[in-house]
Amino acid sequence: MSKSFKQNEVIQVHELAKSITMMEVYAPNVVEFAKPGQFVIVINEAKGERIPLTIADFSKENGILTLVFQQVGKSTMALAKRKVGDVIEHINGPLGHASLIQPFGNVLMVAGGVGIAPVFPITRALKEQNHIISIVGAKSKDGLFWVDKMKKVSDELIITTDDGSLGRAGFVTEPLKEILSNQKIDRVIAIGPLIMMKNVSKITKEKNIPLIVSLNSLMVCGMGMCGACRCTVNEKSKFTCFEGPEFDGNEVNFNEVNQRLQMYRKEEKIALDYYLGGSNGR
Amino acid sequence: MAVKKTATPMPEQDPNVRKNNFDEVALGYTPEQAQEEAVRCLNCKTKPCVQGCPVCIDIPAFIMAIKKGDLQGSIDILHEKNCLPLVTGRVCPQEEQCQKFCSLNKIGESVSIGRLERFVADWEMKKNKTSEPKTVHYQRIGKKVAIIGSGPAGLSCAGDLIKWGYDVTVFEAFHKSGGVLIYGIPEFRLPKDIVEVEIQNLKRMGVVFDNNRLIGSGLKINDLMDRGFQAIFIGSGAGLPQFMGIPGENLSGVYSANEYLTRSNLMKSFLFPKYDTPILSAKNVAVIGGGNVALDSARTALRMGADHVYLIYRRSREEMPARQEEIHHAEQEGIDFQLLTNPLAYLGNEQGYVHQMECMRMDLGEPDASGRRRPVPREGSNFILPIDQVIVSVGTTPNPILKLTTPDLKTHHKGEIEVDNKQMTSIPGVFAGGDIVTGAATVITAMGAGRLAADSIHQYLQSCK
Ligand SMILES: Cc1cc2nc3c(=O)[nH]c(=O)nc-3n(C[C@H](O)[C@H](O)[C@H](O)COP(=O)(O)OP(=O)(O)OC[C@H]3O[C@@H](n4cnc5c(N)ncnc54)[C@H](O)[C@@H]3O)c2cc1C
Ligand SMILES: Cc1cc2nc3c(=O)[nH]c(=O)nc-3n(C[C@H](O)[C@H](O)[C@H](O)COP(=O)(O)OP(=O)(O)OC[C@H]3O[C@@H](n4cnc5c(N)ncnc54)[C@H](O)[C@@H]3O)c2cc1C
Ligand code: SF4
Ligand code: SF4
Ligand code: FES
Repeated sequence: MSKSFKQNEVIQVHELAKSITMMEVYAPNVVEFAKPGQFVIVINEAKGERIPLTIADFSKENGILTLVFQQVGKSTMALAKRKVGDVIEHINGPLGHASLIQPFGNVLMVAGGVGIAPVFPITRALKEQNHIISIVGAKSKDGLFWVDKMKKVSDELIITTDDGSLGRAGFVTEPLKEILSNQKIDRVIAIGPLIMMKNVSKITKEKNIPLIVSLNSLMVCGMGMCGACRCTVNEKSKFTCFEGPEFDGNEVNFNEVNQRLQMYRKEEKIALDYYLGGSNGR
Repeated sequence: MAVKKTATPMPEQDPNVRKNNFDEVALGYTPEQAQEEAVRCLNCKTKPCVQGCPVCIDIPAFIMAIKKGDLQGSIDILHEKNCLPLVTGRVCPQEEQCQKFCSLNKIGESVSIGRLERFVADWEMKKNKTSEPKTVHYQRIGKKVAIIGSGPAGLSCAGDLIKWGYDVTVFEAFHKSGGVLIYGIPEFRLPKDIVEVEIQNLKRMGVVFDNNRLIGSGLKINDLMDRGFQAIFIGSGAGLPQFMGIPGENLSGVYSANEYLTRSNLMKSFLFPKYDTPILSAKNVAVIGGGNVALDSARTALRMGADHVYLIYRRSREEMPARQEEIHHAEQEGIDFQLLTNPLAYLGNEQGYVHQMECMRMDLGEPDASGRRRPVPREGSNFILPIDQVIVSVGTTPNPILKLTTPDLKTHHKGEIEVDNKQMTSIPGVFAGGDIVTGAATVITAMGAGRLAADSIHQYLQSCK
C-alpha cells in the first residue's frame, strides 16, 4: 500500500491532547534506520526554519514516521495545520545517538507533557530486558496522551497531574522521590520540560542514581556544523545534536540550557505575530 | 605595441551603498573592459600562469579566444577543466594562484585572469537564460558511484564521472546542494542563483541529487556498497566549528561563524520574518579571526544592521590569511580592525546575553613552526570592549560523524581522512578529497581534488569487473 505515497506525505494528523499534535508521514528513508532516542530535522515549507522533533514512533514495514509535537510557536503551529495528503518540504534523519538499550535491572521512566512521545519508543525497547516503572505527568488531564500505550510497555505505571484531574495530584517528582527511597532503581530516564528534568536531577544527584535526560536545545543544522545546540555537561561544552541529545542528567548545566532556549524570545514573538497576522488575511 | 602595465579595474558598488545591501559587490567587466584586459595577455609559450591553477586551465588559450571575440570557444576551454567557472572566477584567491605566476608581474600588474574567467562564465549564464541549454546525454556504462557531500569537491567529481558514463548520485546532508558555496560564502560575494545554475547544469547532465541525507547517521558507507555503489567519493568538508574554550562562550549572542552564516545565507535570516529563521540583531559586533570566513561574517553583520563591527585578530595585518581584495573591501566598508588583540572572556547580563568582552593586546615574537611571528600577550594590556554580539571564526575541523560510524576509515589526529596519491582512503573503492582531507582550504583546491579522485575512480572501476 505504501508505494502510492509521496516522500514526506502526511498520512494522518490529529490533536492527541491539548495543543499536542500527532502527525504520521511517509518517510521510508528515515524510518529504515530509525532507533529510539533519535530525532529528525523538519522544514515545514520552503521559507521554514529547521526544527528538531523526536522520532516518537516508526513502522519499518510501511515506512511511516510518527511525530508528536506541542504547538508553541510559529513553526509548530503551521506544521499542525498541515492536512492529510500535504507534503512536508524536508525531513532529515535519523539524527543523534540512539538510546542505550541493554539490561540495567530496574528502570524508572519519567515523562512530562509532550515528553511522553519520545519516552514511549525507549520504554518499549527497554521493556524486554528490564523491569520498568513509568511515571507520566501533565499539567492536567487534557494534556495527557498515550497512557494506554505506555501501560502496555511498563510493568507499573503512575499518572500525575498538577491539578489532580487524573491520577495523583502534583508533580512527577513526588512519586519519584518515594520510589527512589523504597526500591533499588538502577537507572532513571527523564524527558519533558526543562524544569522537570532539572528537578528530577536534584533528586537523583542526591541519591547518586544514574540519570539520562534528552535535551531540547535550539538547533539549526542538527548535524554538528553550526554549534547552535551547545550545552555544558560536566563542565565541558558539547553539541547536543551529535554528541546527544541524551546526556548524563546529573552533570548537565540546566540553567545554561534554559538561558540559551530563551535566546530568541523576542524574535519568536515577531514570527508568531507575523504568521497570525498574515494568515488572518489582515 | 607596449603592454598596459596596470590591470583594468572592475566596477564595484559604492562602499556606502553596498554596506546596506546583500547585492554582489563586484559587478563584472563590460565586453569592452574584458577586451581591454584580454589584450594585455602576452600568450606566453611556457604558460607560467597555468602552474598556479590547481586544475590547470589553459589560461592563455581561453584569454586568446576572448581577444578574438570567440566567447563560446573560450567557455569551452574553461569547461574542459573547470565545471564551476562562475564560482571560481569570483572566489579564487587568484593573487596567490594563477596570477602570482603571470609574466606581467615583472613589469606591473598581472593579467586579471579571474575577472576574465568570470566575464566568460557570466556571458554563458546570460545566454542560457534566453535560450534553453541543450540537454546532453552521455553513453551510460551501468556502474554506480556515490558522492558524499555537494561542495566543490563533490560537484567536480560528479561532473567528470557523469561525462564518462557513470551513474552518479550526490548525497547531501543539507536540504540544498553546494556546500560552503551555498551555506557559507555570502550572497554579496557569490550570489546563490549562480550556485543554483551550476547545480542545474549537473542535473541536466544526469547527476542525481539526494538531499537531507547525512551519511553515517542513517545510511552508512557499507549500506551504499550494499546498494550497488561500486565506488564512493567523500567530499564532506571541514564543517565542525571550533571555539577557543574561554569563559562565556555559551552566552546568548555568541555565534560560531558557521551558525551565523548558515542562518543568514542558507536560511535567509536577513529576510526574517518572511523567512522563519531568526538571527539576533546587534549594535556592536566583535568577529574573532582573520580569515575569509571572519571577513565574510563581519561584512554580513554590517549588512544585518550593526552600527559598529570589530574584527579582532591576534596577529598583524600581514599575517591575515584572508584574500587581499576582501580585506580591502572590508576596510572600505568601515570594519574596525583590532589587530594584535586577543579575546580572554565574554561577560553576560542577567538574562545571559553577552554585553562585554575582555581583550588583551599582543606583540609579535619569534616565528613559530608556520614561519609566522608568534603573538605574545602584552602584560597589563587588558581592556573591556562593550559589545552585544560575538561571531567566533577561529577555524573548523572535519565533521566527525562519518568517522564515528566508519571505524575502518583512517584519519589524522584532527579527523582529516588519510588518502594515498590517488585520493583513495584506507577502504578500497572509497576515495576522498577537498577540505575533509586537507582541512579548510579553497574552492579550487577542493575542485582539483575532486577531479583527481574522479580520474582514480575511473581507473579503479575499469580495472575491476
Ligand atoms: C532533539 C530535540 C527533539 C525535540 N523533540 C520534540 C518533540 O518530539 N515534540 C515537541 O513538541 N518538541 C520537540 N522539540 C522542541 C521543538 O523543536 C520546539 O518546540 C520547536 O522548534 C519550536 O518551534 P516553534 O517555531 O513552534 O516555536 P518558537 O517560536 O521557536 O518558540 C516558542 C516558544 O517555545 C520555546 N521553545 C523554542 N524552542 C524550544 C525547544 N527546542 N524546546 C522547548 N521550548 C522551546 C520558546 O522559548 C518559546 O517560548 C525537540 C527539540 C530537540 C532539540
Ligand atoms: C565563509 C567562507 C568563506 C570562504 N571563502 C572562500 C573564498 O573566497 N575562496 C576560496 O577559494 N575558498 C573560500 N572558502 C573555503 C572553501 O569554501 C572550501 O575550501 C571549499 O568549499 C571546500 O569544499 P569541499 O567540497 O571540500 O567541502 P564543503 O564545501 O564544505 O562541502 C561539504 C558538503 O558535504 C556535506 N556533508 C558533510 N558531511 C556529510 C555527510 N556525512 N553526509 C552527507 N553530506 C555531508 C556538507 O553539508 C557540505 O554541503 C570559504 C569558506 C567559508 C566557510
Ligand atoms: S580556476 Fe582559479 S586558479 Fe585556476 S585559472 Fe581560474 S581563477 Fe585562476
Ligand atoms: S603568464 Fe600572464 S601574460 Fe603570460 S599567458 Fe599567462 S596570463 Fe597571459
Ligand atoms: S545544531 Fe548545528 S551543531 Fe548542533
